[in-house]
Amino acid sequence: MERRDFLALTLVGGGAVFASGLSGCASIAKATSDGYHDDGYHDFYFVQLSDTHWGYQGPANPDAAVTLRKAVATVNALPTQPEFIVFTGDLTHTTDDPAERRRRLAEFKQIVADLKVKTVRFMPGEHDAALDFGAAYKEHFGPTHYTFDHKGVHFIALDNVSDPGAKIGDEQLAWLQADLANRDKQAPIVVLTHRPLFDLAPKWDWATRDGAQAIDLLMPYSNVTVFYGHIHQEHHQMTGHIAHHSAKSLIFPLPAPGSQEKRTPLPWDAGVPYKGLGFREVEAEDAGKEYKVTEFPVVRA
Amino acid sequence: MKSAVRSTSRRHLLQVIASLAGAAALRASVAQDGAQPRVVEITARRFNYEPSEIALKAGERVVIAVRSLDFVHGMNIPDLGKRFDLAPGKITRFELQPVQAGVIDFVCDNFCGEGHEQMHGRFVVSA
Repeated sequence: MERRDFLALTLVGGGAVFASGLSGCASIAKATSDGYHDDGYHDFYFVQLSDTHWGYQGPANPDAAVTLRKAVATVNALPTQPEFIVFTGDLTHTTDDPAERRRRLAEFKQIVADLKVKTVRFMPGEHDAALDFGAAYKEHFGPTHYTFDHKGVHFIALDNVSDPGAKIGDEQLAWLQADLANRDKQAPIVVLTHRPLFDLAPKWDWATRDGAQAIDLLMPYSNVTVFYGHIHQEHHQMTGHIAHHSAKSLIFPLPAPGSQEKRTPLPWDAGVPYKGLGFREVEAEDAGKEYKVTEFPVVRA
Repeated sequence: MKSAVRSTSRRHLLQVIASLAGAAALRASVAQDGAQPRVVEITARRFNYEPSEIALKAGERVVIAVRSLDFVHGMNIPDLGKRFDLAPGKITRFELQPVQAGVIDFVCDNFCGEGHEQMHGRFVVSA
Protein backbone atom coordinates (compact mmCIF):
# COMPACT_ATOMS: atom_id res chain seq x y z
CA MET A 1 0.00 0.00 0.00
CA GLU A 2 1.30 3.41 -0.88
CA ARG A 3 1.24 6.36 1.48
CA ARG A 4 -1.50 8.08 -0.48
CA ASP A 5 -3.76 5.03 -0.34
CA PHE A 6 -3.28 4.74 3.37
CA LEU A 7 -4.10 8.40 3.87
CA ALA A 8 -7.22 8.08 1.76
CA LEU A 9 -8.48 5.09 3.69
CA THR A 10 -7.69 6.68 6.99
CA LEU A 11 -9.41 9.91 6.14
CA VAL A 12 -12.55 8.29 4.79
CA GLY A 13 -12.68 6.03 7.80
CA GLY A 14 -12.33 8.99 10.09
CA GLY A 15 -15.23 10.77 8.50
CA ALA A 16 -13.12 13.46 6.90
CA VAL A 17 -13.45 14.65 3.35
CA PHE A 18 -11.45 13.00 0.65
CA ALA A 19 -12.38 14.30 -2.72
CA SER A 20 -11.20 13.90 -6.22
CA GLY A 21 -9.99 17.35 -7.02
CA LEU A 22 -8.94 19.43 -9.93
CA SER A 23 -8.98 17.64 -13.20
CA GLY A 24 -5.74 15.90 -13.83
CA CYS A 25 -3.81 17.98 -11.38
CA ALA A 26 -4.54 17.40 -7.76
CA SER A 27 -6.82 15.82 -5.32
CA ILE A 28 -7.68 17.52 -2.10
CA ALA A 29 -7.82 15.82 1.26
CA LYS A 30 -8.73 17.18 4.64
CA ALA A 31 -6.43 15.80 7.27
CA THR A 32 -7.32 14.66 10.71
CA SER A 33 -4.92 13.71 13.44
CA ASP A 34 -5.34 10.13 12.23
CA GLY A 35 -3.82 10.95 8.90
CA TYR A 36 -0.22 11.10 9.87
CA HIS A 37 0.75 7.47 9.55
CA ASP A 38 2.68 5.84 6.84
CA ASP A 39 2.81 2.41 5.37
CA GLY A 40 5.18 2.26 2.47
CA TYR A 41 5.82 5.35 0.47
CA HIS A 42 7.30 5.61 -2.94
CA ASP A 43 6.49 9.07 -4.28
CA PHE A 44 8.04 12.10 -2.68
CA TYR A 45 6.24 14.81 -0.87
CA PHE A 46 7.06 18.25 0.35
CA VAL A 47 5.48 20.62 2.82
CA GLN A 48 4.33 24.13 1.94
CA LEU A 49 4.09 26.78 4.64
CA SER A 50 3.14 30.32 3.82
CA ASP A 51 2.47 33.78 5.13
CA THR A 52 3.88 33.38 8.60
CA HIS A 53 4.15 37.18 9.02
CA TRP A 54 6.66 36.94 11.84
CA GLY A 55 6.51 40.20 13.80
CA TYR A 56 2.78 40.75 13.37
CA GLN A 57 1.02 42.02 16.46
CA GLY A 58 -2.71 42.53 16.40
CA PRO A 59 -6.10 41.21 17.30
CA ALA A 60 -6.37 38.94 14.28
CA ASN A 61 -3.91 36.62 16.03
CA PRO A 62 -3.29 37.23 19.74
CA ASP A 63 -1.16 34.09 19.70
CA ALA A 64 1.19 35.34 16.99
CA ALA A 65 4.28 35.01 19.15
CA VAL A 66 3.97 31.22 19.22
CA THR A 67 1.95 30.23 16.15
CA LEU A 68 4.99 29.70 13.96
CA ARG A 69 6.77 27.68 16.61
CA LYS A 70 3.71 25.46 17.01
CA ALA A 71 3.56 24.89 13.27
CA VAL A 72 7.23 23.94 13.25
CA ALA A 73 6.54 21.43 16.03
CA THR A 74 3.60 19.98 14.08
CA VAL A 75 5.70 19.57 10.96
CA ASN A 76 8.42 17.94 13.03
CA ALA A 77 5.84 15.50 14.40
CA LEU A 78 4.86 14.19 10.97
CA PRO A 79 5.78 10.51 11.09
CA THR A 80 7.20 10.62 7.60
CA GLN A 81 9.22 13.73 7.19
CA PRO A 82 8.94 15.56 3.88
CA GLU A 83 11.90 15.54 1.55
CA PHE A 84 11.94 19.31 1.61
CA ILE A 85 9.93 22.27 2.81
CA VAL A 86 8.96 25.46 1.01
CA PHE A 87 7.92 28.80 2.44
CA THR A 88 5.99 30.78 -0.16
CA GLY A 89 6.55 34.26 1.13
CA ASP A 90 5.57 36.83 3.72
CA LEU A 91 7.93 35.21 6.14
CA THR A 92 7.79 38.42 8.14
CA HIS A 93 5.30 41.20 8.65
CA THR A 94 6.39 44.40 7.02
CA THR A 95 7.98 47.32 8.83
CA ASP A 96 9.31 50.67 7.69
CA ASP A 97 12.38 50.23 9.87
CA PRO A 98 15.19 48.46 7.96
CA ALA A 99 16.83 47.32 11.19
CA GLU A 100 13.58 45.87 12.48
CA ARG A 101 13.01 44.16 9.13
CA ARG A 102 16.38 42.46 9.44
CA ARG A 103 15.70 41.53 13.04
CA ARG A 104 12.41 39.88 12.08
CA LEU A 105 14.01 38.01 9.19
CA ALA A 106 16.78 36.78 11.49
CA GLU A 107 14.31 35.68 14.17
CA PHE A 108 12.20 33.88 11.60
CA LYS A 109 15.27 32.10 10.29
CA GLN A 110 16.24 31.07 13.79
CA ILE A 111 12.78 29.65 14.55
CA VAL A 112 12.53 27.59 11.38
CA ALA A 113 16.05 26.28 11.93
CA ASP A 114 14.32 23.96 14.40
CA LEU A 115 12.67 22.11 11.54
CA LYS A 116 14.01 18.57 11.38
CA VAL A 117 14.12 18.73 7.62
CA LYS A 118 17.08 20.82 6.65
CA THR A 119 16.33 21.25 2.97
CA VAL A 120 14.16 24.35 3.13
CA ARG A 121 13.42 26.65 0.21
CA PHE A 122 12.41 30.21 0.90
CA MET A 123 10.91 32.92 -1.19
CA PRO A 124 9.83 36.41 -0.31
CA GLY A 125 6.44 38.04 -0.05
CA GLU A 126 5.78 41.71 -0.46
CA HIS A 127 5.92 42.16 3.30
CA ASP A 128 9.52 40.91 3.28
CA ALA A 129 10.79 42.52 0.15
CA ALA A 130 8.71 45.25 -1.46
CA LEU A 131 9.89 48.20 0.61
CA ASP A 132 13.59 47.64 -0.11
CA PHE A 133 13.40 45.70 -3.40
CA GLY A 134 14.43 42.52 -1.62
CA ALA A 135 17.68 43.80 -0.14
CA ALA A 136 17.24 42.58 3.44
CA TYR A 137 15.64 39.34 2.31
CA LYS A 138 18.62 38.55 0.06
CA GLU A 139 21.03 39.14 2.92
CA HIS A 140 19.33 36.39 4.88
CA PHE A 141 18.02 33.97 2.28
CA GLY A 142 19.84 34.59 -0.98
CA PRO A 143 18.31 35.01 -4.43
CA THR A 144 14.61 35.76 -4.71
CA HIS A 145 14.17 33.65 -7.83
CA TYR A 146 15.89 30.39 -8.66
CA THR A 147 15.32 26.83 -9.79
CA PHE A 148 16.02 23.42 -8.37
CA ASP A 149 15.25 19.86 -9.36
CA HIS A 150 13.95 17.01 -7.27
CA LYS A 151 13.37 13.48 -8.47
CA GLY A 152 12.70 14.55 -12.01
CA VAL A 153 10.50 17.53 -11.18
CA HIS A 154 11.73 20.98 -12.13
CA PHE A 155 10.89 23.63 -9.54
CA ILE A 156 10.90 27.32 -10.42
CA ALA A 157 10.69 29.95 -7.68
CA LEU A 158 9.37 33.19 -9.17
CA ASP A 159 9.64 36.54 -7.44
CA ASN A 160 6.56 38.71 -8.01
CA VAL A 161 6.96 40.84 -4.90
CA SER A 162 10.34 42.58 -4.78
CA ASP A 163 8.96 45.11 -7.21
CA PRO A 164 6.37 46.99 -5.12
CA GLY A 165 4.18 47.07 -8.20
CA ALA A 166 3.80 43.28 -8.09
CA LYS A 167 5.71 42.73 -11.29
CA ILE A 168 7.93 39.83 -12.21
CA GLY A 169 9.74 42.16 -14.55
CA ASP A 170 11.22 41.79 -18.00
CA GLU A 171 14.58 40.54 -16.76
CA GLN A 172 13.11 37.72 -14.71
CA LEU A 173 10.66 36.84 -17.46
CA ALA A 174 13.58 36.52 -19.87
CA TRP A 175 15.32 34.31 -17.32
CA LEU A 176 12.19 32.16 -17.09
CA GLN A 177 11.95 31.90 -20.84
CA ALA A 178 15.59 30.82 -21.07
CA ASP A 179 15.12 28.27 -18.31
CA LEU A 180 12.14 26.74 -20.09
CA ALA A 181 13.58 26.92 -23.58
CA ASN A 182 15.25 23.54 -23.75
CA ARG A 183 12.87 21.58 -21.57
CA ASP A 184 10.72 18.78 -22.84
CA LYS A 185 7.14 19.94 -23.27
CA GLN A 186 6.04 17.00 -21.11
CA ALA A 187 8.49 17.75 -18.31
CA PRO A 188 6.92 18.05 -14.85
CA ILE A 189 7.25 21.64 -13.68
CA VAL A 190 6.23 23.20 -10.39
CA VAL A 191 6.18 26.97 -9.98
CA LEU A 192 6.47 28.37 -6.47
CA THR A 193 5.56 31.99 -5.99
CA HIS A 194 3.86 34.35 -3.58
CA ARG A 195 1.12 36.20 -5.40
CA PRO A 196 -1.36 34.58 -7.74
CA LEU A 197 -0.03 34.72 -11.27
CA PHE A 198 -3.54 35.21 -12.59
CA ASP A 199 -6.07 37.96 -11.84
CA LEU A 200 -7.76 36.37 -8.85
CA ALA A 201 -9.15 39.59 -7.34
CA PRO A 202 -7.51 42.71 -8.78
CA LYS A 203 -9.71 45.00 -6.68
CA TRP A 204 -7.96 43.49 -3.66
CA ASP A 205 -4.57 43.60 -5.33
CA TRP A 206 -4.63 39.81 -5.57
CA ALA A 207 -2.83 39.54 -8.86
CA THR A 208 0.57 39.82 -10.52
CA ARG A 209 0.71 42.73 -12.92
CA ASP A 210 2.64 40.81 -15.55
CA GLY A 211 1.63 37.35 -14.40
CA ALA A 212 -0.11 36.64 -17.69
CA GLN A 213 3.27 36.79 -19.41
CA ALA A 214 4.62 34.10 -17.10
CA ILE A 215 1.56 31.95 -17.73
CA ASP A 216 2.00 32.43 -21.47
CA LEU A 217 5.58 31.19 -21.18
CA LEU A 218 4.46 28.16 -19.17
CA MET A 219 1.43 27.32 -21.29
CA PRO A 220 3.27 25.21 -23.90
CA TYR A 221 4.31 22.80 -21.14
CA SER A 222 1.69 20.22 -20.39
CA ASN A 223 2.56 19.42 -16.78
CA VAL A 224 2.73 22.68 -14.85
CA THR A 225 1.40 23.25 -11.34
CA VAL A 226 1.66 26.47 -9.34
CA PHE A 227 1.74 26.70 -5.55
CA TYR A 228 1.47 30.14 -4.03
CA GLY A 229 0.45 32.08 -0.91
CA HIS A 230 -0.56 35.71 -0.35
CA ILE A 231 -4.32 35.22 0.03
CA HIS A 232 -4.22 33.36 3.38
CA GLN A 233 -6.60 30.60 2.36
CA GLU A 234 -6.90 27.56 0.21
CA HIS A 235 -7.92 28.35 -3.34
CA HIS A 236 -7.72 26.22 -6.43
CA GLN A 237 -8.06 27.51 -9.95
CA MET A 238 -7.13 26.49 -13.46
CA THR A 239 -5.77 28.72 -16.19
CA GLY A 240 -6.05 26.40 -19.16
CA HIS A 241 -4.33 23.19 -18.10
CA ILE A 242 -2.24 24.90 -15.40
CA ALA A 243 -3.44 24.39 -11.84
CA HIS A 244 -2.90 27.10 -9.22
CA HIS A 245 -3.16 26.20 -5.53
CA SER A 246 -2.92 28.83 -2.81
CA ALA A 247 -2.02 27.90 0.75
CA LYS A 248 -3.39 28.84 4.12
CA SER A 249 -1.56 31.32 6.27
CA LEU A 250 0.06 30.82 9.65
CA ILE A 251 -1.01 34.18 11.02
CA PHE A 252 -4.63 35.02 10.13
CA PRO A 253 -7.13 33.98 7.48
CA LEU A 254 -8.52 36.40 4.92
CA PRO A 255 -12.00 36.47 3.39
CA ALA A 256 -12.92 34.73 0.18
CA PRO A 257 -11.71 36.65 -2.88
CA GLY A 258 -13.82 39.73 -3.54
CA SER A 259 -16.43 38.77 -0.94
CA GLN A 260 -16.46 42.13 0.84
CA GLU A 261 -15.26 45.68 0.31
CA LYS A 262 -11.84 45.29 1.92
CA ARG A 263 -9.61 42.34 2.53
CA THR A 264 -9.62 42.68 6.31
CA PRO A 265 -8.50 39.64 8.34
CA LEU A 266 -11.17 37.30 9.61
CA PRO A 267 -11.56 37.79 13.35
CA TRP A 268 -9.76 35.51 15.77
CA ASP A 269 -12.08 32.89 17.23
CA ALA A 270 -11.05 32.33 20.84
CA GLY A 271 -13.19 29.20 20.92
CA VAL A 272 -11.34 27.71 17.97
CA PRO A 273 -7.79 29.05 18.08
CA TYR A 274 -5.93 28.88 14.76
CA LYS A 275 -9.16 28.40 12.83
CA GLY A 276 -8.45 28.82 9.15
CA LEU A 277 -4.70 28.52 9.60
CA GLY A 278 -2.46 25.66 8.62
CA PHE A 279 0.04 24.17 6.26
CA ARG A 280 -0.09 21.48 3.62
CA GLU A 281 1.58 18.42 2.32
CA VAL A 282 2.02 18.20 -1.40
CA GLU A 283 2.53 14.72 -2.66
CA ALA A 284 3.98 14.26 -6.12
CA GLU A 285 2.51 11.31 -7.94
CA ASP A 286 2.82 9.85 -11.39
CA ALA A 287 6.38 11.09 -11.78
CA GLY A 288 5.44 14.59 -10.82
CA LYS A 289 2.50 14.93 -13.17
CA GLU A 290 -0.11 14.89 -10.43
CA TYR A 291 -0.14 16.39 -6.98
CA LYS A 292 -2.23 15.52 -4.00
CA VAL A 293 -2.71 18.31 -1.48
CA THR A 294 -3.43 17.48 2.13
CA GLU A 295 -4.20 20.29 4.55
CA PHE A 296 -3.04 20.22 8.16
CA PRO A 297 -3.96 22.42 11.10
CA VAL A 298 -1.38 24.37 13.08
CA VAL A 299 -1.65 21.98 16.00
CA ARG A 300 -2.77 18.40 16.12
CA ALA A 301 -6.15 17.74 17.69
CA MET B 1 -25.40 48.08 -4.78
CA LYS B 2 -25.24 46.77 -8.28
CA SER B 3 -22.01 47.26 -10.13
CA ALA B 4 -21.90 50.21 -12.44
CA VAL B 5 -20.44 48.07 -15.13
CA ARG B 6 -21.12 44.72 -16.65
CA SER B 7 -18.29 42.39 -17.43
CA THR B 8 -19.20 42.03 -21.07
CA SER B 9 -19.25 45.69 -21.89
CA ARG B 10 -17.75 47.63 -19.03
CA ARG B 11 -15.13 49.34 -21.09
CA HIS B 12 -17.79 50.61 -23.43
CA LEU B 13 -20.00 51.85 -20.65
CA LEU B 14 -17.37 53.96 -18.99
CA GLN B 15 -14.99 56.31 -20.65
CA VAL B 16 -11.59 56.95 -19.30
CA ILE B 17 -10.21 59.54 -21.60
CA ALA B 18 -6.76 60.36 -20.40
CA SER B 19 -4.14 59.39 -17.96
CA LEU B 20 -1.99 62.21 -17.23
CA ALA B 21 1.13 63.57 -17.88
CA GLY B 22 -1.71 64.74 -19.99
CA ALA B 23 -3.20 68.00 -19.15
CA ALA B 24 -2.89 68.24 -22.90
CA ALA B 25 -4.89 65.12 -23.42
CA LEU B 26 -7.40 66.35 -20.92
CA ARG B 27 -7.74 69.76 -22.53
CA ALA B 28 -8.17 68.17 -25.90
CA SER B 29 -10.95 65.97 -24.63
CA VAL B 30 -12.66 68.87 -22.93
CA ALA B 31 -12.42 71.05 -25.99
CA GLN B 32 -14.22 68.51 -28.11
CA ASP B 33 -17.61 69.19 -26.59
CA GLY B 34 -16.93 72.50 -24.89
CA ALA B 35 -18.21 71.46 -21.51
CA GLN B 36 -16.12 71.87 -18.39
CA PRO B 37 -16.32 68.72 -16.31
CA ARG B 38 -16.36 68.88 -12.55
CA VAL B 39 -12.95 68.26 -11.02
CA VAL B 40 -12.77 65.82 -8.11
CA GLU B 41 -9.57 66.06 -6.09
CA ILE B 42 -8.27 63.03 -4.24
CA THR B 43 -5.24 62.88 -1.97
CA ALA B 44 -3.32 59.62 -1.62
CA ARG B 45 -1.14 59.03 1.40
CA ARG B 46 -0.17 56.03 3.43
CA PHE B 47 -2.62 54.32 3.88
CA ASN B 48 -5.74 55.89 2.48
CA TYR B 49 -7.30 57.94 -0.23
CA GLU B 50 -9.00 61.11 0.93
CA PRO B 51 -11.84 61.09 0.23
CA SER B 52 -12.11 57.36 -0.13
CA GLU B 53 -15.69 57.46 -1.33
CA ILE B 54 -16.61 59.79 -4.18
CA ALA B 55 -20.18 60.38 -5.20
CA LEU B 56 -20.80 60.67 -8.94
CA LYS B 57 -23.89 60.86 -11.05
CA ALA B 58 -24.53 58.62 -13.99
CA GLY B 59 -23.81 60.48 -17.18
CA GLU B 60 -21.73 63.15 -15.50
CA ARG B 61 -18.31 63.80 -16.94
CA VAL B 62 -15.76 64.41 -14.21
CA VAL B 63 -12.04 64.89 -14.03
CA ILE B 64 -10.37 62.94 -11.26
CA ALA B 65 -7.23 64.69 -10.00
CA VAL B 66 -5.12 62.59 -7.66
CA ARG B 67 -2.16 63.90 -5.68
CA SER B 68 0.14 61.60 -3.73
CA LEU B 69 1.91 63.04 -0.73
CA ASP B 70 4.38 60.41 0.34
CA PHE B 71 4.89 57.42 -1.96
CA VAL B 72 4.41 56.21 -5.49
CA HIS B 73 1.05 54.77 -4.64
CA GLY B 74 -0.91 52.95 -7.28
CA MET B 75 -4.49 53.56 -8.26
CA ASN B 76 -5.90 50.52 -9.95
CA ILE B 77 -9.48 50.66 -11.20
CA PRO B 78 -10.05 47.10 -12.41
CA ASP B 79 -13.57 47.76 -13.70
CA LEU B 80 -12.14 50.34 -16.07
CA GLY B 81 -9.09 48.33 -17.02
CA LYS B 82 -6.98 51.33 -15.97
CA ARG B 83 -4.28 51.90 -13.44
CA PHE B 84 -1.97 54.79 -12.59
CA ASP B 85 1.25 55.30 -10.68
CA LEU B 86 0.81 58.31 -8.44
CA ALA B 87 4.19 59.97 -8.21
CA PRO B 88 4.56 62.37 -5.28
CA GLY B 89 4.64 65.97 -6.38
CA LYS B 90 2.59 65.35 -9.49
CA ILE B 91 -1.12 65.46 -10.07
CA THR B 92 -2.53 62.57 -12.00
CA ARG B 93 -5.70 63.39 -13.86
CA PHE B 94 -8.12 61.31 -15.82
CA GLU B 95 -11.62 61.78 -17.01
CA LEU B 96 -14.46 59.40 -16.61
CA GLN B 97 -18.14 59.34 -17.35
CA PRO B 98 -20.13 56.58 -15.69
CA VAL B 99 -23.33 55.74 -17.48
CA GLN B 100 -25.25 53.89 -14.83
CA ALA B 101 -25.59 53.66 -11.07
CA GLY B 102 -23.30 51.39 -9.13
CA VAL B 103 -19.92 51.16 -7.44
CA ILE B 104 -16.51 51.37 -9.05
CA ASP B 105 -13.75 50.23 -6.72
CA PHE B 106 -10.14 51.36 -6.81
CA VAL B 107 -7.15 50.14 -4.84
CA CYS B 108 -3.51 50.93 -4.26
CA ASP B 109 -1.57 48.28 -6.15
CA ASN B 110 1.94 49.44 -5.24
CA PHE B 111 2.84 47.90 -1.89
CA CYS B 112 3.32 50.87 0.40
CA GLY B 113 3.63 49.45 3.91
CA GLU B 114 1.77 47.89 6.78
CA GLY B 115 -1.58 49.50 5.98
CA HIS B 116 -1.38 48.86 2.24
CA GLU B 117 -4.11 46.25 2.37
CA GLN B 118 -6.57 48.84 3.65
CA MET B 119 -5.88 51.44 0.99
CA HIS B 120 -9.09 51.23 -0.97
CA GLY B 121 -11.56 53.69 -2.40
CA ARG B 122 -14.63 53.73 -4.55
CA PHE B 123 -16.76 55.84 -6.79
CA VAL B 124 -20.42 55.55 -5.86
CA VAL B 125 -22.52 56.37 -8.88
CA SER B 126 -26.12 57.38 -8.43
CA ALA B 127 -28.76 57.42 -11.14
